[in-house]
Amino acid sequence: MDWSLPPNFSTHGDVIDQLFWIILGLTGLAFVLVEGGIIWFLVRYRGTPSRRAHYTHGSNRLEVVWTVIPAVIIVVLGGYSAMVWDDIKNENKFPEDALEFTVIGKQFEWNVVYPGVDEVLGTSDDFEVRNQFHFPAGENVIVNLRSEDVIHSFFIPELRVKQDAVPGMDNIRIWFDSREPGQFEIACAELCGLGHYRMEASVTAHARADFDAWQASQVAENGGE
Amino acid sequence: MATAIAEPTGRAVIEEAHPQSFLRKYLFSTDHKVIAAQFLFYTLFFLMIGGLLAVLMRQQIAWPTEPLTLGGILPETMVAKATDGAYMLPEFYNALVTMHGSVMVFLAIMPMLVGVWANFLIPLQLGAHDMAFPRLNMLSFWTMVPAGILTLASFFVVGGAAGAGWTLYAPLSARPDLTGVEMGQILWLIALVFVGLSSILGSVNYITTVINMRAPGMTWFRMPLTVWALFITAILGLLAMPVLSAAGIMLIFDQTIGTSFFIPSNAAGDALSGQPLLWQHLFWFFGHPEVYILILPAMGFTSEILAVGSRKPVFGYKAMVWALISIAFLGFIVWGHHMFQSGMNPALGLAFTVSTLFIAVPSAIKTFNWMGTMWRGNLQLHSAMLFAVGFVAMFAIGGLSGVFMASTPVDIYIHDTYFIVAHIHYVLFGGSLFALFGAIYFWFPKMFGRMMNETLGKIHFWLTLVLFNVVFFPMHGVGMAGMMRRIYDWTGYQHLEGIGATNQIITIAAVGLFASGFLFAFNFFWSIWKGEKAPDNPWGASTLEWSVPSPPKHGNWSEIPVVYHGPHEYSHPDVTDKDWLGQNERPDVVTPAAGSH
Amino acid sequence: MRFDYRSRVAAALLTGVLYAACGGSDGGDADAGNGESGGEAAAEVAAIDPSTVGTISGTINFSGDAPAMEAIDMSAEPDCAAGFGDEGPMMQSVVVNGGGLANVFVYLSAGVMDAPAPYGAATLDQTNCRYAPHVMGVQAGQTIEITNSDNLLHNINATPTENRGFNISQPRAGITSRQSFAVAEVMVPLRCDVHGWMEAFVGVVDHPYFGVSGDGGMFTISNVPAGTYTMTAWHEQYGTMGMEVTVTAGETTMADFDHTGLQMAGHLVGEPLVIHHGSDEVVFNRAQQ
Repeated sequence: MDWSLPPNFSTHGDVIDQLFWIILGLTGLAFVLVEGGIIWFLVRYRGTPSRRAHYTHGSNRLEVVWTVIPAVIIVVLGGYSAMVWDDIKNENKFPEDALEFTVIGKQFEWNVVYPGVDEVLGTSDDFEVRNQFHFPAGENVIVNLRSEDVIHSFFIPELRVKQDAVPGMDNIRIWFDSREPGQFEIACAELCGLGHYRMEASVTAHARADFDAWQASQVAENGGE
Repeated sequence: MATAIAEPTGRAVIEEAHPQSFLRKYLFSTDHKVIAAQFLFYTLFFLMIGGLLAVLMRQQIAWPTEPLTLGGILPETMVAKATDGAYMLPEFYNALVTMHGSVMVFLAIMPMLVGVWANFLIPLQLGAHDMAFPRLNMLSFWTMVPAGILTLASFFVVGGAAGAGWTLYAPLSARPDLTGVEMGQILWLIALVFVGLSSILGSVNYITTVINMRAPGMTWFRMPLTVWALFITAILGLLAMPVLSAAGIMLIFDQTIGTSFFIPSNAAGDALSGQPLLWQHLFWFFGHPEVYILILPAMGFTSEILAVGSRKPVFGYKAMVWALISIAFLGFIVWGHHMFQSGMNPALGLAFTVSTLFIAVPSAIKTFNWMGTMWRGNLQLHSAMLFAVGFVAMFAIGGLSGVFMASTPVDIYIHDTYFIVAHIHYVLFGGSLFALFGAIYFWFPKMFGRMMNETLGKIHFWLTLVLFNVVFFPMHGVGMAGMMRRIYDWTGYQHLEGIGATNQIITIAAVGLFASGFLFAFNFFWSIWKGEKAPDNPWGASTLEWSVPSPPKHGNWSEIPVVYHGPHEYSHPDVTDKDWLGQNERPDVVTPAAGSH
Repeated sequence: MRFDYRSRVAAALLTGVLYAACGGSDGGDADAGNGESGGEAAAEVAAIDPSTVGTISGTINFSGDAPAMEAIDMSAEPDCAAGFGDEGPMMQSVVVNGGGLANVFVYLSAGVMDAPAPYGAATLDQTNCRYAPHVMGVQAGQTIEITNSDNLLHNINATPTENRGFNISQPRAGITSRQSFAVAEVMVPLRCDVHGWMEAFVGVVDHPYFGVSGDGGMFTISNVPAGTYTMTAWHEQYGTMGMEVTVTAGETTMADFDHTGLQMAGHLVGEPLVIHHGSDEVVFNRAQQ
């Protein structure tokens, strides 16, 4: 049984995982308190005809305590979450040096547009490869995410990245990286029709030299066009 | 269906003074108790249908590359027959995913919470003869009937039932050419409009009744928490359902008459450009209040049953009311938390994170107050009480797992995975349905005049509790492993290699969970005819409905009661002959003023 | 398209009934029909008197430089690519061999007075992630048996304009689905959304008098009642051409189409195409979407 997060390869993944385990710790503690309390009460206060329940309508002091404690935890958690979220999603914080790709989702394929050797999208040496996403490891990557038909969701579990691709919205951009070379998959995480489960593309994070070699081989293949 | 409803309810209603035809009495009755019973049979039937769909779906998830057991009996729109057996088709799987959610939410849980119990309890607990608008009440049931028929029919039309998910995300739901589903989707949308109409009619009625028809002395803060919860729920329904109905009608237009509210031009190829995110905003503006429509009544039942079962007043009654109100209010400003990864401007994420996390505060208040209610009580662990305690224990898990999603960075990873599936089932099954089972065990004697079998009830509880957790707790783990929702076959993904055994265990337990429902059904129907005769007040409860015969006669009261006390007065030191104090008895006993303590 | 839809009211659902009523056959007989000869099978079963029918035979000649066939990138689908040799999978849109153009749908577009009911099923296979055949004809109401020979998911998304479309899936090998189109429509495109290159065309006509040119451009339409007809040839990139043809009982009428490839190859897909053939001038659109 595999009940844990898959190994993480990305910089954002570190902080996402860290937040996950922090929340698991906090909620785990609350879980033990609540469930333990319930079980203890069930045993301790099990009814007998000889006993009468304690007559009370509550306690303001106690209620304030268990209102304030969750509220404080939540404010801290919410603030920290918002900072992390902003670091990951705010486009003003995207790195300048990132290598940009365009990924176009369609039923049921991911078509990746590569910037070519000049590393600029929209130039004549761009090329498109179906269901294969290659990029250099250790470098920042930005993906312009588009969809041709319905909503798809671009999900690479090992890189902790997920973002919907929405038809009609061509301004969705995501930033991530893979610190190490690796072999992953893009899965579609948003129900997109009868082939949703098979909308899958291979993802390869190469060492830079390998990426250049792969790109050269693609350019050679597409040279005729 | 009509006869199935009419027969059992016949036992629910005692003879009336003036004769009425069979049709008027059992079928087209305006008596709120008969309508409640009609809703109960209707929703139990759809609960079974929804469960059946889930079991079929689970078989595919556990053994995605194997033929379906007994698949051969299904038509070719659902399975593909190969030489080694019949394989489920992905489009049928999508229909199962969609219709399981839709049936459970709209035809089972919501009408069971509101249609059954608001109808049955509001007049009885407030001391009213009937609803404010009895005919409207009848209509609200009969508009549910075409919804159910259309839903069932949609499985057998060309192209099969709707397959775009219960959330109906456009443009998938709006363009038949992209799904192969045309009529099925339209039928379901029409059914949804009927559900909306029924819910709006009901809500108007409940709100009016609560405001106008409280018995003398039944001040706002002497209302049982059940009524409070149902009242707030009715307000939520009245504000949220029209949004869904309007959006649903717009979606029907997109499908049939060529509008493009939700279809962007680059997808449809026409000059008018729609916006897919508009659907999500409209849907979730309805959808999140809907979540609270599905949980607030359950909270009300639980508070009530816990007080009775613990022989104690509800701990912090007034805080419970304010928590209900604040959950309802916050429920309208958190819809965006379903859309963190949707392409919505990320800056909006902050606002929705904060509002969402704040819902945890009233939820925590309620949980601790329920525990406070049990603290130093004299716990009577009958079936209803067990399910109420089970509700608190399971809802706590559902609430805590919600914190993960509210934290936007974590949501990036777990959004649209089985972690969400686990979360929603802890809230809707572990929460709503546990409370509903509790409510049925608790008010069955009042409704049908007979007791349900306690032994079977306890077996049902323990089976449900254990199997429910075996089914849904591992889904957190499967979700952490990264399994996406709504996938027909996960075996092609490298990151999902390790989840096969877990999925099989889940499925086996799910079959058991479904089967345990039949134990409940047996107990339910057997008790209607053969159960022990119920006394007026079998649980020693203090609210008004227990001061009339079981079942109450038409009109409930020959004389409207006068209320002197709060709703949950148990173990009052001045009352020595018994450990409860009826709301309408012993004006000499001093009880705390509304909600103070 | 200029057809009188005599059977417009026929619903797709009725196909099975029609099939049983007209053929009353089992699966074994149904195998007699396929994409290219389904029409012949239908004619045979009606026990046509050979003295009243003739045959049309011809070649789609292609002059000029044949465009090179485009390669399909199956690199992300090793299971699909495994079925091909060194040269790898090629598109099937323009296949010229020995001066003949394949995958041209040829049918009698006017002059058919009466037609036998459809008999037997046409078959369409998906193998190595391509459709076989790439172009086929069926009679309106005739069953099409669509089979998946690949052990992976294909969906078949038919997007007709006159008929009811369908979008069904076949998640594994060995699955056969039965579909049909109720009214004539040339052509109905089919595609697989999982494999973007997979495309097929089905010509639906009211009678069994049609054929598809094979490798080398040859086609044959058999058992045509004697008479004079307009015959039309359709190609997915080069559009449509028409000619008059007279069939004499007991004889084979030779009728060749001459595609002047240079002239037509320059046209973009989907643009109106003007074809001069003899004295007729016909303007056609690419029959798609």
